[in-house]
Amino acid sequence: MSASIVIFYILAAVIIGGGLLAVTERKIFRSAVYLLFSLIGIAGLYFYLNYEFLGAVQIVVYVGGIVVLIIFSIFLTAESGDDMKKPNLWRVTFSGLATLFACLLVLWLIQGHLFVSNTGTALEPNVRNIGRQMLSTAEHGYILPFEVVSILLLAAMIGCIVIAMKIKPKT
Amino acid sequence: MHLWLRAAISSDLLLLVTEMVIIGVSLIVFLVLLCFFLGWMERKVAAFMEIRLGPNRVGPMGSMQIVADTVKLLFKEGLTPNASDKFLFNLAPGIMVVTSMLAVAPIAFAKNFQIWDVNIGVLYVSSISSMAVIGILMAGWSSSNKYSLIGAMRSGAQIVSYELSIGLSLISIVILSGSLQLSEIVESQANGWWLFKGHIPVIISFVIFVIASTAEINRAPFDLTEAEQELTGGFHTEYSGMKFAMFLLSEYINLFIVSAIAATIFLGGWMPLHIGTWASFNHIMDFIPSSIWFLGKTFFIIFIIMQFRWTFPRLRIDQLLNLEWKYLLPISMVNIIIVTAMAIFGWHF
Repeated sequence: MSASIVIFYILAAVIIGGGLLAVTERKIFRSAVYLLFSLIGIAGLYFYLNYEFLGAVQIVVYVGGIVVLIIFSIFLTAESGDDMKKPNLWRVTFSGLATLFACLLVLWLIQGHLFVSNTGTALEPNVRNIGRQMLSTAEHGYILPFEVVSILLLAAMIGCIVIAMKIKPKT
Repeated sequence: MHLWLRAAISSDLLLLVTEMVIIGVSLIVFLVLLCFFLGWMERKVAAFMEIRLGPNRVGPMGSMQIVADTVKLLFKEGLTPNASDKFLFNLAPGIMVVTSMLAVAPIAFAKNFQIWDVNIGVLYVSSISSMAVIGILMAGWSSSNKYSLIGAMRSGAQIVSYELSIGLSLISIVILSGSLQLSEIVESQANGWWLFKGHIPVIISFVIFVIASTAEINRAPFDLTEAEQELTGGFHTEYSGMKFAMFLLSEYINLFIVSAIAATIFLGGWMPLHIGTWASFNHIMDFIPSSIWFLGKTFFIIFIIMQFRWTFPRLRIDQLLNLEWKYLLPISMVNIIIVTAMAIFGWHF
Protein backbone atom coordinates (compact mmCIF):
# COMPACT_ATOMS: atom_id res chain seq x y z
CA MET A 1 0.00 0.00 0.00
CA SER A 2 1.49 3.31 -1.02
CA ALA A 3 1.57 6.41 1.16
CA SER A 4 -1.01 8.28 -0.86
CA ILE A 5 -3.64 5.58 -0.38
CA VAL A 6 -3.06 5.59 3.39
CA ILE A 7 -3.47 9.36 3.45
CA PHE A 8 -6.64 9.12 1.37
CA TYR A 9 -8.22 6.62 3.77
CA ILE A 10 -7.28 8.72 6.80
CA LEU A 11 -8.92 11.76 5.17
CA ALA A 12 -12.01 9.74 4.24
CA ALA A 13 -12.29 8.45 7.81
CA VAL A 14 -12.06 12.01 9.19
CA ILE A 15 -14.72 13.28 6.76
CA ILE A 16 -17.22 10.46 7.26
CA GLY A 17 -16.57 10.05 10.99
CA GLY A 18 -16.94 13.79 11.56
CA GLY A 19 -20.17 13.85 9.59
CA LEU A 20 -21.66 10.89 11.45
CA LEU A 21 -20.71 12.28 14.87
CA ALA A 22 -22.11 15.70 13.92
CA VAL A 23 -25.48 14.12 13.22
CA THR A 24 -25.63 11.75 16.19
CA GLU A 25 -24.23 14.05 18.92
CA ARG A 26 -26.74 15.32 21.48
CA LYS A 27 -24.88 18.52 22.42
CA ILE A 28 -25.28 21.11 19.68
CA PHE A 29 -21.93 22.82 20.21
CA ARG A 30 -20.11 19.51 19.90
CA SER A 31 -22.01 18.85 16.68
CA ALA A 32 -20.63 22.09 15.29
CA VAL A 33 -17.10 21.01 16.24
CA TYR A 34 -17.52 17.63 14.54
CA LEU A 35 -18.86 19.38 11.45
CA LEU A 36 -15.69 21.47 11.56
CA PHE A 37 -13.53 18.33 11.47
CA SER A 38 -15.50 17.00 8.53
CA LEU A 39 -15.02 20.26 6.61
CA ILE A 40 -11.30 20.35 7.41
CA GLY A 41 -11.09 16.79 6.08
CA ILE A 42 -12.63 17.93 2.80
CA ALA A 43 -10.09 20.75 2.61
CA GLY A 44 -7.42 18.11 3.21
CA LEU A 45 -8.80 16.15 0.28
CA TYR A 46 -8.33 19.18 -1.98
CA PHE A 47 -4.76 19.59 -0.74
CA TYR A 48 -4.26 15.87 -1.39
CA LEU A 49 -5.38 16.40 -5.01
CA ASN A 50 -2.80 19.23 -5.33
CA TYR A 51 -5.58 21.77 -5.73
CA GLU A 52 -4.30 24.08 -3.00
CA PHE A 53 -6.38 27.08 -4.01
CA LEU A 54 -9.70 25.32 -3.50
CA GLY A 55 -8.45 23.79 -0.24
CA ALA A 56 -7.50 27.18 1.17
CA VAL A 57 -10.80 28.68 -0.02
CA GLN A 58 -12.64 25.78 1.64
CA ILE A 59 -10.92 26.60 4.94
CA VAL A 60 -11.50 30.36 4.63
CA VAL A 61 -15.17 30.07 3.67
CA TYR A 62 -16.36 27.05 5.63
CA VAL A 63 -14.07 26.84 8.65
CA GLY A 64 -13.27 30.51 9.16
CA GLY A 65 -16.64 31.78 8.02
CA ILE A 66 -19.58 29.43 8.24
CA VAL A 67 -18.60 27.33 11.26
CA VAL A 68 -17.72 30.48 13.21
CA LEU A 69 -21.10 31.89 12.22
CA ILE A 70 -22.81 28.68 13.38
CA ILE A 71 -20.93 28.78 16.68
CA PHE A 72 -21.85 32.42 17.26
CA SER A 73 -25.51 31.67 16.57
CA ILE A 74 -25.35 28.73 18.99
CA PHE A 75 -23.92 31.08 21.64
CA LEU A 76 -26.66 33.63 21.06
CA THR A 77 -29.50 31.12 21.28
CA ALA A 78 -30.50 29.70 24.65
CA GLU A 79 -29.64 26.35 26.23
CA SER A 80 -26.57 25.65 24.14
CA GLY A 81 -25.10 23.60 26.98
CA ASP A 82 -28.05 21.22 27.49
CA ASP A 83 -28.63 18.00 25.64
CA MET A 84 -31.04 18.25 22.76
CA LYS A 85 -34.25 16.24 22.88
CA LYS A 86 -34.14 12.81 21.32
CA PRO A 87 -35.86 12.95 17.93
CA ASN A 88 -38.98 10.80 17.70
CA LEU A 89 -39.05 7.54 15.77
CA TRP A 90 -41.08 9.01 12.91
CA ARG A 91 -38.38 11.56 12.12
CA VAL A 92 -35.52 9.09 12.52
CA THR A 93 -37.14 6.66 10.09
CA PHE A 94 -37.80 9.23 7.42
CA SER A 95 -34.41 10.94 7.63
CA GLY A 96 -32.82 7.49 7.48
CA LEU A 97 -34.84 6.66 4.37
CA ALA A 98 -33.91 9.99 2.79
CA THR A 99 -30.20 9.36 3.45
CA LEU A 100 -30.44 5.84 2.07
CA PHE A 101 -32.17 7.09 -1.06
CA ALA A 102 -29.55 9.81 -1.59
CA CYS A 103 -26.75 7.25 -1.16
CA LEU A 104 -28.36 4.90 -3.68
CA LEU A 105 -28.89 7.75 -6.14
CA VAL A 106 -25.24 8.82 -5.93
CA LEU A 107 -24.06 5.21 -6.25
CA TRP A 108 -26.31 4.66 -9.26
CA LEU A 109 -25.02 7.83 -10.94
CA ILE A 110 -21.39 6.87 -10.32
CA GLN A 111 -22.00 3.36 -11.64
CA GLY A 112 -23.65 4.69 -14.79
CA HIS A 113 -21.07 7.39 -15.46
CA LEU A 114 -18.30 6.67 -17.93
CA PHE A 115 -15.08 8.20 -16.66
CA VAL A 116 -13.28 9.26 -19.83
CA SER A 117 -9.66 10.15 -19.21
CA ASN A 118 -8.82 13.65 -20.37
CA THR A 119 -6.37 13.78 -23.25
CA GLY A 120 -5.80 17.55 -23.27
CA THR A 121 -2.79 19.10 -21.57
CA ALA A 122 -3.43 19.87 -17.92
CA LEU A 123 -3.53 23.52 -16.95
CA GLU A 124 -1.58 24.31 -13.81
CA PRO A 125 -4.16 25.27 -11.14
CA ASN A 126 -2.39 28.40 -9.93
CA VAL A 127 -4.19 31.59 -9.07
CA ARG A 128 -3.16 33.33 -12.29
CA ASN A 129 -4.84 30.70 -14.47
CA ILE A 130 -7.91 30.54 -12.24
CA GLY A 131 -8.29 34.31 -12.37
CA ARG A 132 -7.87 34.42 -16.16
CA GLN A 133 -10.48 31.69 -16.58
CA MET A 134 -12.93 33.41 -14.21
CA LEU A 135 -12.86 36.68 -16.11
CA SER A 136 -12.53 35.31 -19.62
CA THR A 137 -15.27 36.16 -22.12
CA ALA A 138 -14.10 33.55 -24.60
CA GLU A 139 -15.52 30.05 -24.89
CA HIS A 140 -15.44 28.12 -21.58
CA GLY A 141 -14.98 31.43 -19.75
CA TYR A 142 -16.83 32.01 -16.50
CA ILE A 143 -17.46 35.76 -16.66
CA LEU A 144 -21.28 35.49 -16.64
CA PRO A 145 -21.68 33.19 -13.61
CA PHE A 146 -18.95 35.17 -11.85
CA GLU A 147 -20.81 38.44 -12.32
CA VAL A 148 -24.18 36.92 -11.42
CA VAL A 149 -22.77 35.51 -8.18
CA SER A 150 -21.10 38.82 -7.34
CA ILE A 151 -24.40 40.68 -7.83
CA LEU A 152 -26.14 38.11 -5.61
CA LEU A 153 -23.54 38.57 -2.87
CA LEU A 154 -23.75 42.36 -3.16
CA ALA A 155 -27.54 42.19 -2.78
CA ALA A 156 -27.15 39.93 0.27
CA MET A 157 -24.65 42.33 1.82
CA ILE A 158 -26.87 45.38 1.26
CA GLY A 159 -29.81 43.42 2.66
CA CYS A 160 -27.83 42.61 5.82
CA ILE A 161 -26.89 46.25 6.30
CA VAL A 162 -30.52 47.36 5.81
CA ILE A 163 -31.72 44.81 8.39
CA ALA A 164 -29.01 45.66 10.91
CA MET A 165 -29.16 49.44 10.46
CA LYS A 166 -30.78 51.42 13.23
CA ILE A 167 -32.85 54.32 11.89
CA LYS A 168 -33.35 57.02 14.46
CA PRO A 169 -37.08 57.74 14.91
CA LYS A 170 -38.03 61.26 13.87
CA THR A 171 -39.06 63.33 16.85
CA MET B 1 18.20 15.66 1.96
CA HIS B 2 15.40 13.96 0.05
CA LEU B 3 17.82 12.21 -2.30
CA TRP B 4 20.03 11.14 0.58
CA LEU B 5 17.08 9.61 2.41
CA ARG B 6 15.82 8.04 -0.80
CA ALA B 7 19.12 6.18 -1.09
CA ALA B 8 18.85 4.89 2.49
CA ILE B 9 15.14 4.00 2.55
CA SER B 10 13.61 2.16 -0.38
CA SER B 11 9.96 1.97 0.71
CA ASP B 12 7.80 4.84 -0.50
CA LEU B 13 5.57 4.94 2.57
CA LEU B 14 8.46 4.67 5.01
CA LEU B 15 10.33 7.48 3.23
CA LEU B 16 7.35 9.82 3.49
CA VAL B 17 6.80 8.99 7.16
CA THR B 18 10.49 9.50 7.96
CA GLU B 19 10.55 12.86 6.24
CA MET B 20 7.38 13.96 8.00
CA VAL B 21 8.75 12.92 11.39
CA ILE B 22 12.06 14.72 10.82
CA ILE B 23 10.34 17.94 9.73
CA GLY B 24 7.73 17.74 12.47
CA VAL B 25 10.17 17.12 15.30
CA SER B 26 12.62 19.80 14.19
CA LEU B 27 9.75 22.28 13.76
CA ILE B 28 8.34 21.59 17.22
CA VAL B 29 11.75 21.81 18.89
CA PHE B 30 12.52 25.04 17.04
CA LEU B 31 9.18 26.61 17.96
CA VAL B 32 9.37 25.64 21.63
CA LEU B 33 12.90 27.01 21.94
CA LEU B 34 11.75 30.12 20.10
CA CYS B 35 8.92 30.56 22.60
CA PHE B 36 11.38 30.27 25.48
CA PHE B 37 13.44 32.99 23.89
CA LEU B 38 10.40 35.18 23.17
CA GLY B 39 9.20 34.83 26.76
CA TRP B 40 12.58 35.99 28.01
CA MET B 41 12.72 38.77 25.43
CA GLU B 42 9.23 39.97 26.37
CA ARG B 43 10.30 40.41 30.02
CA LYS B 44 13.56 42.07 29.10
CA VAL B 45 11.81 44.49 26.73
CA ALA B 46 9.21 45.24 29.41
CA ALA B 47 11.99 45.92 31.89
CA PHE B 48 13.83 48.09 29.36
CA MET B 49 10.70 50.16 28.74
CA GLU B 50 10.08 50.63 32.46
CA ILE B 51 13.75 51.23 33.38
CA ARG B 52 14.07 48.06 35.47
CA LEU B 53 16.40 45.09 35.21
CA GLY B 54 13.86 42.36 34.55
CA PRO B 55 14.66 38.71 35.31
CA ASN B 56 18.27 38.49 36.51
CA ARG B 57 18.56 35.69 39.08
CA VAL B 58 18.17 32.36 37.27
CA GLY B 59 20.99 31.76 34.82
CA PRO B 60 23.05 34.42 33.04
CA MET B 61 20.92 37.58 32.48
CA GLY B 62 17.91 35.65 33.83
CA SER B 63 17.77 33.54 30.70
CA MET B 64 16.83 30.38 32.60
CA GLN B 65 13.85 32.06 34.30
CA ILE B 66 11.48 30.86 31.59
CA VAL B 67 12.73 27.28 32.02
CA ALA B 68 11.99 27.51 35.73
CA ASP B 69 8.50 28.82 34.91
CA THR B 70 7.88 25.93 32.53
CA VAL B 71 8.95 23.39 35.15
CA LYS B 72 6.58 25.05 37.62
CA LEU B 73 3.71 24.86 35.10
CA LEU B 74 4.54 21.21 34.39
CA PHE B 75 4.17 20.31 38.08
CA LYS B 76 0.97 22.31 38.51
CA GLU B 77 -2.26 20.36 38.44
CA GLY B 78 -4.16 20.76 35.18
CA LEU B 79 -7.63 21.34 36.61
CA THR B 80 -10.71 20.45 34.61
CA PRO B 81 -13.82 22.11 36.09
CA ASN B 82 -16.68 19.74 36.93
CA ALA B 83 -19.28 21.67 34.98
CA SER B 84 -17.15 21.91 31.86
CA ASP B 85 -17.53 19.97 28.65
CA LYS B 86 -14.45 17.86 29.34
CA PHE B 87 -13.72 16.67 25.82
CA LEU B 88 -13.80 20.12 24.24
CA PHE B 89 -12.10 21.70 27.26
CA ASN B 90 -9.07 19.48 26.75
CA LEU B 91 -9.20 19.67 22.96
CA ALA B 92 -9.15 23.47 22.71
CA PRO B 93 -5.48 24.13 23.74
CA GLY B 94 -4.37 21.45 21.28
CA ILE B 95 -6.30 23.06 18.43
CA MET B 96 -4.79 26.43 19.26
CA VAL B 97 -1.23 25.09 19.14
CA VAL B 98 -1.79 22.99 16.01
CA THR B 99 -3.34 25.83 14.03
CA SER B 100 -0.53 28.19 14.91
CA MET B 101 2.11 25.58 14.06
CA LEU B 102 0.48 24.80 10.69
CA ALA B 103 0.90 28.40 9.59
CA VAL B 104 4.71 28.12 9.85
CA ALA B 105 4.84 25.71 6.86
CA PRO B 106 5.17 28.14 3.90
CA ILE B 107 7.53 30.60 5.61
CA ALA B 108 10.96 30.85 3.97
CA PHE B 109 13.53 30.90 6.77
CA ALA B 110 16.51 31.31 4.47
CA LYS B 111 17.44 30.97 0.82
CA ASN B 112 16.06 27.61 -0.44
CA PHE B 113 15.01 26.70 3.10
CA GLN B 114 11.27 26.31 3.23
CA ILE B 115 9.07 23.47 4.44
CA TRP B 116 6.33 23.79 1.86
CA ASP B 117 6.55 26.26 -1.03
CA VAL B 118 2.83 26.19 -1.79
CA ASN B 119 1.70 28.32 -4.73
CA ILE B 120 -0.91 30.14 -2.62
CA GLY B 121 1.33 30.86 0.41
CA VAL B 122 -0.34 34.11 1.47
CA LEU B 123 -3.85 32.70 1.15
CA TYR B 124 -2.78 29.56 3.04
CA VAL B 125 -1.43 31.52 6.00
CA SER B 126 -4.51 33.72 6.24
CA SER B 127 -6.84 30.72 5.95
CA ILE B 128 -5.01 28.80 8.68
CA SER B 129 -4.96 31.80 11.00
CA SER B 130 -8.73 32.13 10.56
CA MET B 131 -9.02 28.70 12.22
CA ALA B 132 -7.51 30.00 15.48
CA VAL B 133 -10.80 31.66 16.40
CA ILE B 134 -12.45 28.22 16.65
CA GLY B 135 -10.02 27.16 19.37
CA ILE B 136 -10.72 30.33 21.33
CA LEU B 137 -14.51 29.96 21.06
CA MET B 138 -14.22 26.28 22.03
CA ALA B 139 -12.13 27.10 25.10
CA GLY B 140 -14.48 29.86 26.18
CA TRP B 141 -17.65 27.85 25.77
CA SER B 142 -16.50 24.56 27.25
CA SER B 143 -15.23 26.17 30.49
CA SER B 144 -18.88 26.98 31.38
CA ASN B 145 -17.82 30.22 33.00
CA LYS B 146 -19.39 33.59 32.25
CA TYR B 147 -16.08 35.40 32.05
CA SER B 148 -14.64 32.80 29.70
CA LEU B 149 -17.65 32.95 27.42
CA ILE B 150 -17.72 36.76 27.24
CA GLY B 151 -13.95 36.79 26.72
CA ALA B 152 -14.22 34.26 23.91
CA MET B 153 -17.03 36.20 22.21
CA ARG B 154 -15.03 39.43 22.35
CA SER B 155 -11.92 37.70 21.14
CA GLY B 156 -13.83 36.06 18.31
CA ALA B 157 -15.39 39.34 17.19
CA GLN B 158 -11.98 40.99 17.34
CA ILE B 159 -10.20 38.31 15.30
CA VAL B 160 -12.94 38.00 12.69
CA SER B 161 -13.04 41.75 12.08
CA TYR B 162 -9.31 42.43 12.06
CA GLU B 163 -8.74 39.55 9.65
CA LEU B 164 -10.24 41.76 6.91
CA SER B 165 -7.64 44.49 7.31
CA ILE B 166 -4.82 41.95 7.37
CA GLY B 167 -6.10 40.37 4.18
CA LEU B 168 -6.49 43.70 2.40
CA SER B 169 -3.04 44.92 3.39
CA LEU B 170 -1.48 41.66 2.18
CA ILE B 171 -3.41 41.90 -1.11
CA SER B 172 -1.71 45.23 -1.89
CA ILE B 173 1.66 43.44 -2.04
CA VAL B 174 0.14 40.50 -3.91
CA ILE B 175 -1.05 42.98 -6.56
CA LEU B 176 2.42 44.55 -6.85
CA SER B 177 4.38 41.30 -6.97
CA GLY B 178 1.76 39.41 -8.99
CA SER B 179 2.00 36.19 -7.01
CA LEU B 180 0.64 34.52 -3.89
CA GLN B 181 3.68 32.27 -3.56
CA LEU B 182 5.94 33.46 -0.75
CA SER B 183 9.16 32.49 -2.53
CA GLU B 184 8.13 34.50 -5.60
CA ILE B 185 7.21 37.48 -3.45
CA VAL B 186 10.68 37.33 -1.91
CA GLU B 187 12.24 36.99 -5.39
CA SER B 188 10.36 40.09 -6.56
CA GLN B 189 12.18 42.11 -3.90
CA ALA B 190 15.66 41.36 -5.17
CA ASN B 191 16.16 44.95 -6.34
CA GLY B 192 14.66 46.54 -3.23
CA TRP B 193 12.13 45.75 -0.53
CA TRP B 194 8.50 46.55 -1.20
CA LEU B 195 8.45 48.93 1.74
CA PHE B 196 10.92 51.16 -0.16
CA LYS B 197 9.85 50.35 -3.71
CA GLY B 198 6.13 50.88 -3.16
CA HIS B 199 6.12 54.52 -2.00
CA ILE B 200 3.56 55.74 0.54
CA PRO B 201 0.67 53.30 -0.21
CA VAL B 202 2.81 50.31 0.77
CA ILE B 203 3.98 52.07 3.91
CA ILE B 204 0.30 52.66 4.78
CA SER B 205 -0.52 49.00 4.25
CA PHE B 206 2.52 47.99 6.32
CA VAL B 207 1.33 50.12 9.23
CA ILE B 208 -2.21 48.72 8.86
CA PHE B 209 -0.80 45.19 8.80
CA VAL B 210 1.19 45.73 12.00
CA ILE B 211 -1.80 47.29 13.82
CA ALA B 212 -4.29 44.67 12.63
CA SER B 213 -2.00 41.74 13.32
CA THR B 214 -1.33 43.01 16.85
CA ALA B 215 -5.10 42.89 17.30
CA GLU B 216 -5.40 39.51 15.63
CA ILE B 217 -2.96 37.87 18.03
CA ASN B 218 -4.68 39.49 21.03
CA ARG B 219 -1.70 41.45 22.23
CA ALA B 220 -1.77 44.76 24.07
CA PRO B 221 -3.16 47.37 23.40
CA PHE B 222 -5.84 45.05 21.97
CA ASP B 223 -5.67 42.44 24.74
CA LEU B 224 -9.07 43.23 26.18
CA THR B 225 -9.94 39.55 26.26
CA GLU B 226 -7.39 39.36 29.02
CA ALA B 227 -8.44 42.54 30.78
CA GLU B 228 -8.10 41.33 34.37
CA GLN B 229 -10.29 43.97 35.93
CA GLU B 230 -13.26 43.12 33.69
CA LEU B 231 -12.94 39.51 32.65
CA THR B 232 -10.35 37.95 35.03
CA GLY B 233 -8.54 35.89 32.41
CA GLY B 234 -10.75 35.98 29.33
CA PHE B 235 -11.22 32.69 27.53
CA HIS B 236 -8.48 30.93 29.49
CA THR B 237 -9.77 31.79 32.96
CA GLU B 238 -10.34 28.16 33.89
CA TYR B 239 -7.12 26.80 32.45
CA SER B 240 -4.09 25.98 34.56
CA GLY B 241 -0.84 24.09 34.34
CA MET B 242 0.34 22.86 30.96
CA LYS B 243 -3.00 23.56 29.29
CA PHE B 244 -2.53 27.23 30.09
CA ALA B 245 1.07 26.98 28.91
CA MET B 246 -0.18 25.73 25.55
CA PHE B 247 -2.24 28.90 25.09
CA LEU B 248 0.88 30.89 25.92
CA LEU B 249 2.87 28.80 23.44
CA SER B 250 0.38 29.40 20.64
CA GLU B 251 0.33 33.11 21.44
CA TYR B 252 4.10 33.36 21.03
CA ILE B 253 4.10 31.23 17.87
CA ASN B 254 1.44 33.54 16.44
CA LEU B 255 3.60 36.55 17.32
CA PHE B 256 6.49 34.96 15.45
CA ILE B 257 4.35 34.06 12.42
CA VAL B 258 2.87 37.53 12.12
CA SER B 259 6.31 39.11 12.29
CA ALA B 260 7.77 36.58 9.86
CA ILE B 261 4.98 37.28 7.36
CA ALA B 262 5.48 41.03 7.72
CA ALA B 263 9.23 40.55 7.21
CA THR B 264 8.64 38.33 4.16
CA ILE B 265 6.01 40.45 2.48
CA PHE B 266 7.16 43.98 3.21
CA LEU B 267 10.83 43.70 4.18
CA GLY B 268 12.06 41.20 1.61
CA GLY B 269 12.29 38.00 3.69
CA TRP B 270 15.81 36.59 3.42
CA MET B 271 16.73 39.10 0.68
CA PRO B 272 19.71 41.26 1.70
CA LEU B 273 19.41 45.04 1.64
CA HIS B 274 20.30 46.24 -1.83
CA ILE B 275 20.44 49.88 -2.80
CA GLY B 276 20.08 50.66 -6.50
CA THR B 277 23.45 50.81 -8.24
CA TRP B 278 25.81 50.70 -5.26
CA ALA B 279 27.54 47.55 -6.47
CA SER B 280 30.14 47.29 -3.71
CA PHE B 281 27.62 48.00 -0.94
CA ASN B 282 25.27 45.34 -2.35
CA HIS B 283 28.19 42.90 -2.55
CA ILE B 284 29.08 43.39 1.12
CA MET B 285 25.44 42.89 2.08
CA ASP B 286 25.37 39.60 0.17
CA PHE B 287 28.03 38.20 2.50
CA ILE B 288 25.63 38.26 5.48
CA PRO B 289 23.82 34.86 5.51
CA SER B 290 20.21 34.93 4.39
CA SER B 291 18.95 33.29 7.60
CA ILE B 292 20.43 36.18 9.62
CA TRP B 293 18.65 38.67 7.39
CA PHE B 294 15.33 36.88 7.85
CA LEU B 295 15.62 36.42 11.61
CA GLY B 296 16.93 39.95 12.07
CA LYS B 297 13.95 41.47 10.28
CA THR B 298 11.51 39.18 12.11
CA PHE B 299 12.91 40.06 15.51
CA PHE B 300 12.92 43.75 14.63
CA ILE B 301 9.15 43.56 14.06
CA ILE B 302 8.66 41.44 17.19
CA PHE B 303 10.56 44.13 19.12
CA ILE B 304 8.24 46.83 17.75
CA ILE B 305 5.11 44.83 18.65
CA MET B 306 6.47 44.20 22.15
CA GLN B 307 7.06 47.91 22.63
CA PHE B 308 3.39 48.61 21.83
CA ARG B 309 2.44 46.75 24.97
CA TRP B 310 4.13 49.27 27.22
CA THR B 311 3.31 52.33 25.15
CA PHE B 312 -0.44 52.41 24.51
CA PRO B 313 -3.33 52.04 26.97
CA ARG B 314 -5.82 49.25 26.35
CA LEU B 315 -8.79 50.02 24.07
CA ARG B 316 -12.43 49.49 25.00
CA ILE B 317 -14.44 46.99 22.94
CA ASP B 318 -16.43 49.71 21.14
CA GLN B 319 -13.25 51.70 20.41
CA LEU B 320 -11.66 48.53 19.11
CA LEU B 321 -14.46 47.80 16.68
CA ASN B 322 -14.70 51.46 15.65
CA LEU B 323 -11.01 51.53 14.84
CA GLU B 324 -11.37 48.53 12.55
CA TRP B 325 -14.65 49.22 10.78
CA LYS B 326 -14.56 53.02 10.58
CA TYR B 327 -10.86 53.69 10.04
CA LEU B 328 -8.64 50.76 9.07
CA LEU B 329 -11.03 49.06 6.64
CA PRO B 330 -11.98 52.14 4.55
CA ILE B 331 -8.34 53.30 4.51
CA SER B 332 -7.10 49.92 3.30
CA MET B 333 -9.82 49.72 0.63
CA VAL B 334 -8.86 53.12 -0.82
CA ASN B 335 -5.23 52.09 -0.48
CA ILE B 336 -5.82 48.99 -2.60
CA ILE B 337 -7.26 51.11 -5.41
CA ILE B 338 -4.16 53.35 -5.33
CA VAL B 339 -1.85 50.32 -5.29
CA THR B 340 -3.71 48.78 -8.23
CA ALA B 341 -3.27 52.00 -10.20
CA MET B 342 0.43 51.95 -9.26
CA ALA B 343 0.78 48.38 -10.46
CA ILE B 344 -1.03 49.05 -13.74
CA PHE B 345 0.90 52.21 -14.64
CA GLY B 346 4.17 50.92 -13.23
CA TRP B 347 4.77 53.84 -10.86
CA HIS B 348 6.74 51.72 -8.42
CA PHE B 349 10.47 51.13 -8.85
